[in-house]
This record gives sequence, C-alpha cells and structure tokens, in this order.
Amino acid sequence: MPAKYHIHTAQAANRFQLITRSGVIAWEEGCLKCPSCVKKACVYKVYEKRGIDSRQMLESLDSVCKDCFRCVQGCPKQLIQKGFNPSYKALGDHYWTPEIISGLWYQAEAGRIPVSGGGYGGAFSGPGFDAMWTDMSEIVRPTRDGIHGREYISTTTDIGRKLMALEFDETGALSVTPPPVVEIPLPLLLDMLPWSPPGMGIKLAILEGAKSLGTFAIIRQSDFTPAMKEYLSNIALYIDGQVSDIEPSVLSALRLIELPYSKEVIAAQNTLKITNSGLVTIIRMDLSPDSAEEVVRLTKEGAEAIHLVADEYGLEKSDRPLFIKERTRDIHLRLVEAGVRDQITLISGGGIAMAEHVAKQIICGSDLLSVDIPLLIAMECRVCRRCKEGIACPVELEGVDPVWGASRIRNLMAGWHNQLLEILGAMGIREVKRLRGEMGRAMFFEDLEKDIFATLGRRG
Amino acid sequence: METKTDTQMLPEVKKIPSRFRNALGKYRVTITKECNNCGICVKLCPYGVYKAGSKKPRVAAEHLCLGFPCSANEFYCVNKCPEKAIQLRLNPAFEILGDRRWSPDLLASTWHMAETGEIPYQGLNYKTGDSGGGFDKLRFIFPREKGPEIPDEEVSTAIELNRSGDSRPGVRIPVPFYLGGMSFGSVSIVTMLSRVKAAAALNTFCCTGEGGYPEELIPYDDHMITQVATGLFGVSEESLKRVRIVEFKYAQGAKPGLGGHLLGDKVTPRVARMREAVAGSALFSPFPFHSVYSVEDHKKHVDWIKQTNSRALVSVKVSTPTDVDMVAVGSYYAGAHIIQLDGSYGGTGAAPDIAKKNIAMPIEYAVPKVHKFLSEEGIRDKITIIASGGIRSAYDMAKAIALGANGVCLGTADLVALECIRCHHCESGRGCARGIATTDEQLTNLMELEWATQRIINMYLTWRRQLVSILKRLGMKSVTELVGRFDVIGHLDYIKQEEIEGELEL
Repeated sequence: MPAKYHIHTAQAANRFQLITRSGVIAWEEGCLKCPSCVKKACVYKVYEKRGIDSRQMLESLDSVCKDCFRCVQGCPKQLIQKGFNPSYKALGDHYWTPEIISGLWYQAEAGRIPVSGGGYGGAFSGPGFDAMWTDMSEIVRPTRDGIHGREYISTTTDIGRKLMALEFDETGALSVTPPPVVEIPLPLLLDMLPWSPPGMGIKLAILEGAKSLGTFAIIRQSDFTPAMKEYLSNIALYIDGQVSDIEPSVLSALRLIELPYSKEVIAAQNTLKITNSGLVTIIRMDLSPDSAEEVVRLTKEGAEAIHLVADEYGLEKSDRPLFIKERTRDIHLRLVEAGVRDQITLISGGGIAMAEHVAKQIICGSDLLSVDIPLLIAMECRVCRRCKEGIACPVELEGVDPVWGASRIRNLMAGWHNQLLEILGAMGIREVKRLRGEMGRAMFFEDLEKDIFATLGRRG
Repeated sequence: METKTDTQMLPEVKKIPSRFRNALGKYRVTITKECNNCGICVKLCPYGVYKAGSKKPRVAAEHLCLGFPCSANEFYCVNKCPEKAIQLRLNPAFEILGDRRWSPDLLASTWHMAETGEIPYQGLNYKTGDSGGGFDKLRFIFPREKGPEIPDEEVSTAIELNRSGDSRPGVRIPVPFYLGGMSFGSVSIVTMLSRVKAAAALNTFCCTGEGGYPEELIPYDDHMITQVATGLFGVSEESLKRVRIVEFKYAQGAKPGLGGHLLGDKVTPRVARMREAVAGSALFSPFPFHSVYSVEDHKKHVDWIKQTNSRALVSVKVSTPTDVDMVAVGSYYAGAHIIQLDGSYGGTGAAPDIAKKNIAMPIEYAVPKVHKFLSEEGIRDKITIIASGGIRSAYDMAKAIALGANGVCLGTADLVALECIRCHHCESGRGCARGIATTDEQLTNLMELEWATQRIINMYLTWRRQLVSILKRLGMKSVTELVGRFDVIGHLDYIKQEEIEGELEL
C-alpha cells in the first residue's frame, strides 16, 4: 500500500503579539482589594499568565482572554470592561477581512483547523464564495468510515494533458505516447506574491514549504538564484525573460514551467518540449470575459495546463468583472460543451483566502488552485500593503527566518488539507479529482433565493 | 374547551434576576462623586435600576434602564438629579457580545425575557439578528383591517405530533416546540435537568441527546425523547421503552456529514460510565449510521424502535443536503412520525468552523423545500415537520412555521436564557466558563437548578405570548393555521410595501 499523504505539523509560535478582536480594560482606581478578586478566579488564568512583550509594550492578556465576561460581571466596582480593538477592525480590507486573517494566523501557528462550539454565528451568506453551500450525504455514501476514514480520501491532482483514449497498433503495442503528467498530493500550488517586502527569506520559506508539502512554488525566472537549485523539483519556473538565459542543467531538471500567455504561446511550449520532453508547461493568463473562448482554443491547439489568474479580490480583468467562481463555471461548462474538458488542467488563482474556497472553486470547475497572499499571512502579514508603497513591514517580513516561515506555511496548508477532507468526507467523495465540476453537489444562493424567498408574500 | 386547557396547563412567570453581580445591558449608568445621596433617583426610577446605599445609591440593575429614550419621561433621572451626578452612555462592552446571528440586542432581549417574563422595553431588537439574510430578512405581512378581536385564551398554540393516522397514541403538546438533545457531557447536569424540568412544566418534551439517560431523568419519562445516534452511546432497550418519542439522529446541522466528538476533558468518570467508555479519552460518534446502507435499512431501523416500544412515536433528525426533500419522503415511507430538519446555527459541541458555515443549506431554505415537496407528494398531512438549528426567538419560530414546519425544536435559546453569551468556547479547557456547557464540578456549581428552570420557563412563556399576538394579528385562532402560509410572510429583498396589500412589519 502506498504511503498515505500526511503533513507534519507542529506549533510555530507567533513572533509578534496577536491583534485580537477585543481588549480588556481594567482600572486600578477605586479597587477594593477583595481577597477573592475576580481576576484570581479567571477560568483561563488570563491574569496569571499575563506578561509584557517588551519589544512592543503589548500585553499578552488579550490573546489569552476568551470573552467569557466573568470578571466584567463579577467585579463589585465594575472596574473591568471589555472593548473592541480598533486595530483589529483595521486589519486587511473588505475581502481579506479581520476574521479571515486571524483564522489563517491561528492555523499557521497551531497547525490545527479552527474548531468552535455553539453553532454558526456568521452572516447568512455573502458575495463570492459565501454565496454557495456544499452538499452532504445523509445516509448512503462511499466513505463510511467517518472520522477514521479520512486518511483514505485522496487529494492528489495531476497537472498535464490527458489522452482521451489509448491507441494500439496491429501488434498490440501502444502507438501513442502519453503526455507527461506531474502529480501533486494536494490541489494547491504556491504562487508568486502580488506584493511583498523584499528579501530572500520569504521566497526561501515558500520554497521550503512547497518542498515539505510535495507541491510546487511558482518562481519568477528573474528571481531565480543559484541558492534555489536544491529546490528544482519543487519549482515551477515562470518565464519572464528569455528561455535561452536558463542554464541547460536547470532547464532539464525542471518538471513544470509557466509561460505567460501570448499569441505564440503554443509554439513556445512546443520549443520547450524539444529540450525537455518530460516537462509540463502551464500557460498563465489573466482571467477575463474572453477566457472561456481562449481556453477552448488553446486546449484544441494542444495546451497542457492553463493557469487563470484573477486579481487579489478574485475578480477578473474587466470593467464589470465577474467573480472567479462564476467565470470558472462558465469556462468549465464551455470546455465540457466542446468535449475537451478532460484533456486540459485548469488552475485558478486570485482571491483564494480560506480552505472552503479551495473546495468551492474546485466544485466550480478548477482542477487545482494557486495560493498567494495566505502564504504571507501565514508568516503574520497583516495585509496592510505598506510594502507596496515601499514602507517597512510592521512584522519585519524582510528578515523572516525561512525555516520558521516554512513551518508556518506547512501548518496552514495542513489545515486547508484537513478542511478539504472534511468537505469531501461529508459529501462522501473519496477523491478530490471527482469533486471537480460537481456543481450538482453544491447549492447556490441565487438559485435558492429565487426558488424559495422570491415567491413569498404573493397572495393567491 | 381544549384551548383553555392548553392555557391552564402552563406554569407561571416568576422574576429571576441574573446570577452575576453585574448583569449586562445596552447602557452604562454611573454615579459620579458629585452625588449627595439625596435618593431622588432611587425613588424616580420605575425599573429598579438603583438601590439605596449608605454613601450614594448603587446602580444595581443597569440592564433594566430604558436608556436615552427615557429622556422624554418625567422620571428621567439624569435630568432630575440635582447634582447632575448621573451619567448615561452606551455600554462599550455590549457590542462585543454574541455574533451576527445572536446580536447583542437579541441576547439582551432573551435575558430580559428569562428574567422578567416580559417583552423587553429597552429599545432592543428582539425580533431579528444581524445575519443579513434568511429569518433576519423575512417579515410577516399583517392584514391592514383588524378582524374581530380574538381573546388570548381562544388562540391555540397546541400541536399534535402524531399525524400519521396509525394506531399509536396521539401526542399533543400545548406549545409548538420541544427542546432538543444536549447530551450529558456536552452540558452540565444542572443545564440538562433545568431544560427537562422546564419542558415538563410546559407540558412538552426534551430530548436526552446522545449521551444516555441519566437516572435523574426517570421522573420525567413522559416528557423525554430519547436519542439513538450513530455512536449508540447509552442506548438500551430499557431506556427506549421508557419514553413516548424516540429520535434517530442521522446527522446534525452543526456538523453535517461529520461525526460527533466529545473531547477527552469532558469525559468525566460519570460521563464515561453512562456511555460505557473510558474516562478521559475522547469519544467519537461516527458518521453515518454503520447499520444503514440504504433506505430499506432505514426502514428496518425505524421498525426496530417500533417493535421495542409499541407506543412510541419515531422522529428522524437529519441535516439539510441538496436532496433533503427526498430524504424526508424516504423517512415518511420508512414509518417516521416526525422529520426534524436541523440547520447549522445550533449546537454546543466542538465543530469545525468550515462545516458549520459551508456544508448543507440554511434551515430557512430547507423547511419550505420539504414542505412543498411533501405537499406535492400528497403526504404532508401525515407527517410532522420540526425545524431546528437556528430558531432564536418567537419570531423565528413563527416564521419557520409559516415556511412550512409544524413546530420547532430549541436548544441554544435555552442556553442564552441561562446567560450564555455566545462566546463559542463551549469546548475549550474545562468547558463553558459560565457553567452551562461543562462537566467541571466547580463550574457546574455556578448555576442552581431552580434558577435555571424558571429562567427557561419565563422565556418560553414570553415566546408563547408573542406567538399568540402574531396569530391574532393574522386573524388566526390556532398555530396550525399558520403552517406553510407563504402568503403571510415576505422577504425584504424581494417584496416592497407598495406591492402588497397588507402591512409589512419593518
């Protein structure tokens, strides 16, 4: 039996004090010095454990407090209060919300998936990925082993072109050469970052992360340094210069190359294949209203894999952009209609911010996804985007230790992998390959609202 | 008369204040040093916010303060204080409480109902939360012309749970709800017993949950539903025979498609004994039933219970997949009396956030979908639909019924009545720091049984009064008339006041 895919996780402590949703405000003035002070009775020992972070002059209090309000409700002089933390509200933006960012921090630190009691407390629905729900099987299902059967669910994905059928000659020998395929154990590639502080630490952390996960990091040719040579089997090199500038030994060792889209991209792909026939090439293009047509054309011309990239909010390039999941549904269905869907690998990226986005985007038609900003968030990025303006990073990412960074990335991706298993397990699906395009196993907000709520209140 | 009996069967409201020194409210009232202890404020305030003190009055119950709207009143203490020593402001901690579904207003309203048995007057929104969809965007459409006045006691809120027409006894409850399963282990014995006692007082039911049948519950056999869940923890022929309703838990909305997981910390020796397990080691309740591979197996399951207990009704609890309507039909033909549709907004145990948020459809869609499908199949009148996992208020309850449920099953609201603040940490460490969802002895002692029982009773009596008032405004004499009345309910995104004849309550 082949080894089961397992991502090793271990607690990887925060370097900086966490920014929490709320803060404790405690006054000393008027304190009665009760012998049985409510602070001593704290269930979470918040006040016992408190310590000052000397570098930032911040208290540990707030990151241990779990908002039970016992002290607030118990102090006879009402000297303890809680208040919203304005720095929490200021994290990220409308898409990369404080809730998403702090959830990613937790996973990167703990290597565990977010679990909580008390049911769901969030919004009914929302834009983008929040406007869909995934299915579950009530009674009959193939993965019957419940919580113990999850290790038998496969998250392996192939990148490359597929033959629709094998052909044999009169002697019974195979007469076609199957195109090369790269197999990765989880449907995620680590992508180039839309913005980031300078420094090699971040890049090396991502590379080391990719290596330990068994997947690939997409690295710009112009960013490639000799120090990265040890990661060649985990690098997908993005060609932003001349192919002739790549060292032959590097070129022959690469398994994945990403080419920017151009009119001559198929010709460029074919040229590369002459030097390295085992290479799989990915065509990278902006997601746009024309994507479906372009993808069908490229597939028919022999493309192996296409990487469609939305912006950091998951929007395509257009005056009236569609969200990534909507455009991908369109592309997937057009490929199905053209009868070529299974020949091509579709990779989607941009705006993939949570584990649930992975499952939902695959349901909408992608074979696998690329992740970018969450890799930085794993390393405590606050999505302030100051680095874009050339301002120093508040969490000093320029000098990040690649070993620590890689362990945080590994923890986060392990969390995503585990959560993907939860979704697949609930649906009774044993392979992530079978999740792709399974829109019948999802429920969409627009459809449900139209069917159910829009008809209410009409008399007769 | 039947309906009168229903009313007479109900217990009475008793005032039960917060068990914490400082109850949480929307406003903060403080008395500054300038106070000369004249006592005017103590005399003025009709809500009992102040208590007399030796140096200055004490703000004893600021959660009962009417807040800024009080400034219009003659008795507004802030203006009447001769020393201008009273400060009134919004409580900055208030907005941290709860979540989008259980907004701070909804929490405080529920506490108010549990304390006083009255509808809150403090300007709190007690009808909807802040989730931005579903129940929170659904509104009743009340007729403009008032019909003939119906006396309260002529409005029936009773429902019959056995609609199948089979030979088993009818089970009529005077309120259209019963209380859902929370196992001993996930909540304290005090929480469990208070819910059972409240259910008995209201002449309805309370489910045991998966953790077995503690002996403390035996006196309440007639008001118990015992649960058969996938882990079969604590299931015995003896306990199955005790009750009038047996519930199969196929899935639960809080973690649809996933098993239950009781963390090792919560498996105390007592919990372990009842579940026939080892103390301190985590217990997994697998998903799904390993004895059910098909709809025939499902029928055999139901037959097993019917054979074991010849008078029991069988309820089937499921969550809400795309084909929830098909599941409901299957359960009907398998012989179920009740189909319980469980949404993902409830639950005390630990569940992965990804499951709660994303897997299976919201209960607000599932109920009308199942109601319509069963109606089209011509079997709607033969089965009882119970909605659960997201009913927070009397309004949610009435809306769920208008969407097609016969009644609802409740849980989280009870916990809120016991002063749960929805911190979502039921599972961490020693369990609920407020002593509700924990088996830690010290924490369990934070709450007294009588206190807890009466709080739950108070809340539900207030709910019932609200339901009666909704029914009366709709011109209905029985809650059974409200079932599936899609015409008396509208969604704010799709319906405008000017498009309809009635009055859309905003």
